[in-house]
Amino acid sequence: MAEGQRGRGAEGQEVPTGLGKDLVGLEFLSAEQIQLILDTAEPFKEVSERAIKKVPALRGKTIVNLFFEASTRTRISFEFAEKRLSADTVNVAASGSSVSKGETLVDTARNLEAMRIDMVVIRHPASGAAQFLASRIRSNVINAGDGKHEHPTQGLLDLLTLRDKFGKIAGLKVAICGDVLHSRVARSNLWGLLKLGAEVAFCGPYTLIPREFMQLGVQLIPRIEDAIAWADALNVLRLQLERMEAGFIPSLREYNRVFGVTRERLQRAPKDLVILHPGPMNRGVEIDSDVADGPHSVILPQVTNGVAVRMAVLYLLAGGGPDWRQQAAGRRQEGGGADE
Amino acid sequence: MPSVTRLLDGPAVTQTLARMAGEVVERSGTEGLVLVGIQRRGVELANRLAGIIEQAHPAANIPLGKLDITLYRDDLSTIGPRPRVGETSIPVELEGRIVVLVDDVLYTGRTIRAALDELADFGRPRRILLCVLVDRGGRELPIQPDIVGLLVQTTLDDRVDVAVTELDGKDRVELVRGGPV
Amino acid sequence: MRMSDLLIRGGRVIDPSRNSDGPADVLIRDGKIDAVGRNIPVEQTTTVIDAAGKIVAPGLIDLHVHLREPGFEHAETIASGAAAAAAGGFTAVCAMPNTDPVTDSLATVGFVVRQAIRAGQARVYPIGAVSLGQKGEQLTEFGELVQAGAVAVSDDGKPVRSSHLMRTALEYAKSFGIPVADHCEDPSLAQGGAMHEGLVSARLGLKGIPAAAEEIMVARNIILAELTGGHVHLCHMSTRGSVELIRWAKSKGLRVTAEATPHHFTLTQDRCEGYDTNAKMNPPLREAADRDAIRAGLKDGSIDCIASDHAPHHYDAKEREFDEAPNGIVGLETALGLGIRELVASGMLTLPELLARMSTVPARIFRLPGGTLAVGAPADVVVFDAEQRWQVRREELLSKSGNSPFLGETLQGRVESTIVGGRVVYQRRPTN
Repeated sequence: MAEGQRGRGAEGQEVPTGLGKDLVGLEFLSAEQIQLILDTAEPFKEVSERAIKKVPALRGKTIVNLFFEASTRTRISFEFAEKRLSADTVNVAASGSSVSKGETLVDTARNLEAMRIDMVVIRHPASGAAQFLASRIRSNVINAGDGKHEHPTQGLLDLLTLRDKFGKIAGLKVAICGDVLHSRVARSNLWGLLKLGAEVAFCGPYTLIPREFMQLGVQLIPRIEDAIAWADALNVLRLQLERMEAGFIPSLREYNRVFGVTRERLQRAPKDLVILHPGPMNRGVEIDSDVADGPHSVILPQVTNGVAVRMAVLYLLAGGGPDWRQQAAGRRQEGGGADE
Repeated sequence: MPSVTRLLDGPAVTQTLARMAGEVVERSGTEGLVLVGIQRRGVELANRLAGIIEQAHPAANIPLGKLDITLYRDDLSTIGPRPRVGETSIPVELEGRIVVLVDDVLYTGRTIRAALDELADFGRPRRILLCVLVDRGGRELPIQPDIVGLLVQTTLDDRVDVAVTELDGKDRVELVRGGPV
Repeated sequence: MRMSDLLIRGGRVIDPSRNSDGPADVLIRDGKIDAVGRNIPVEQTTTVIDAAGKIVAPGLIDLHVHLREPGFEHAETIASGAAAAAAGGFTAVCAMPNTDPVTDSLATVGFVVRQAIRAGQARVYPIGAVSLGQKGEQLTEFGELVQAGAVAVSDDGKPVRSSHLMRTALEYAKSFGIPVADHCEDPSLAQGGAMHEGLVSARLGLKGIPAAAEEIMVARNIILAELTGGHVHLCHMSTRGSVELIRWAKSKGLRVTAEATPHHFTLTQDRCEGYDTNAKMNPPLREAADRDAIRAGLKDGSIDCIASDHAPHHYDAKEREFDEAPNGIVGLETALGLGIRELVASGMLTLPELLARMSTVPARIFRLPGGTLAVGAPADVVVFDAEQRWQVRREELLSKSGNSPFLGETLQGRVESTIVGGRVVYQRRPTN
């Protein structure tokens, strides 16, 4: 779990970048480690502006995008990041629950290791799935979203986008608005923002905000108008239909009327708020179109930064990945006796 | 105990750069010339060379590029605890141009190999010349400089330290013999 | 052929049923306690167990275990479970009915009884289901179940949802003098939850089960106990609110009894860090204040007894994503070691108080034989070393399953011999 903290690689060795073998979440990264990733993302932005959007840094590395949940945008973003680093990539769309159908996550892990995959990018509906995989295989594991737990690259690209806009994170007031209870984006943002010294508030209906986070120094702002008055930036979370069906809110219509980020509400803001959204957006529910497409929105820069941040993460982790040659050499030594 | 030998002091660096700038123009003229400095310190040196050339040839306007080769290295596992990927910017089209790659120290040649690969991703110059302040020998690849400031024989235990005023406050080239790096 | 006499010599004999604690020998004849006193003379044909430096006590009784047979024999069988129980110092366990098929009929109760006899290890008393198939709809035939050997009824792993059914069960059970044991959980509050609802679940992104889910049903059951005059036994209590409610119920003289597990007086929600599925059980591990309240409850008797809720699961079943993993841990072989390490060594309870909670009181509240070393009682005895520290190792556990968060931990208090009906059913082999 604390791999990232100690900077240990697959064989327990000290790893050059200090990020360790995996990126499972931001909760246990240090502020220095987060800064390192953000700083490393800058030159990768430049690579995406070139005519030939490729550098050979990860040439010959094999990366599997193991997505147990449908996701076009995150998967494409990772795929571009991988290809622009010259890695060989394979996309696997697997079934969601290991109990209901298909291979168990344990068997999937073993198969990946048997194929000597260097890096696995995993998205899975169960919280803890990335950690589960990371502690069982030697390959680098990057969490692209596990259940409600964390989505670290999203948190990082949100931080980078804020840093681009404001020059720094420390002292910023960021309100995360919406269904925090079910949001891995909210959690990753929370850890990243707190570590870099921002003030964080959650805004939404009490049914969707876990009160326990107040123990970590997070404010709870019940009304969106107050959040808008307080914040430098709003990170607007997607509200899902399932929340209504599960009874957390009575209707999407009411949610928009009471909590929606609308142009009228923004106009009464004391300063120029920056609006982020992890996408995909429910236009007219948590955010109105004229806000999403308006001058305050940094939703598109978020997407651009997403590729750069993912390139940075892959690049920094690759140095601490498995050395398959060592494994093979070790096995040949062991098996040598039997052949004689 | 490491021993430090001063190879070039401030004035000597200036003199050497002036001579190198002259050689660049001799070899390639000023038409279509682009100076591309390799991060770090190669950038500052390229900047100086361009300045010297432009002073001697006021009509010439020498574009300056910066190249960071970290992402083109062939040794991922040794990128270090805090890899600093510096800025890369090639401000002009390279087709038909003469590119002079500028670096502070030439040693194994691997940095230049990476730089050549990276340049190739930006375009196809007519010609590429290599210009280095110090050639310390010890090549591991078949790469040779076209313009050299100073040639010095070194061994594996030695280190050549280049300081430039823009980054380090002074101009200096030193040879550190023996002892830990 | 007559069984030879058994003399347990030179130990410290603690019998909570008679408030006695002191050096003595225990003589066992014909499967019963024949004498307890100092320097009992030994005959040639007597087998002697040297208990010097050890504690001699009534065999432990666990009111809540899952033996998985019939239906889930890959995780445990009645034989392996009864052997594990004996290794843990238990001379009797009560087996919950959530097997496949459910223990809800004469035939299935009888099956458990016979399998236990065949195993010849700890005694196994079946607990029958409250409702047919544990569906929560129709009462089982309590009379038949009791006649076949059931000592209580329960729908554990599930709660009895319907208050009407629970009321009826409590009233009907009165006719047979058995308790209704309920797994107290409001399903609508707990649904989908994987651990305690708190800061840890918020951080891990797991749906939580609030303490309220248990307390609501505890309150309901207490009120129904008052309405019916029946005996309700509350399974595996885990929250401080529950302990307070039970204290109140007892102060009103209601027939409410309660148990708590060793893991609930030892661990907290923090154990779930890293998504360790061996920390996943229902009710979940809660906050430090809850754990402390359970301990205080064991001290003042609000929590009557300790029961392990031994819940074996095959390794593969637990080796999955936290949400998908089944609830429960094994506990028979670590219960005494945890009881001594956590409660006695810390000074919270005396050793006799602990033994009362693990033997005498369970026997009393379920009206089982045992829990006493009185002359004439069945010779169910445990001999253990209360000082010995030992490390829990998977390969040394007799249970078929090793799903325990205590693997690798050092406990205090190790069973030497377990005697059931005068027969030594477990004897610890000396380790190197």
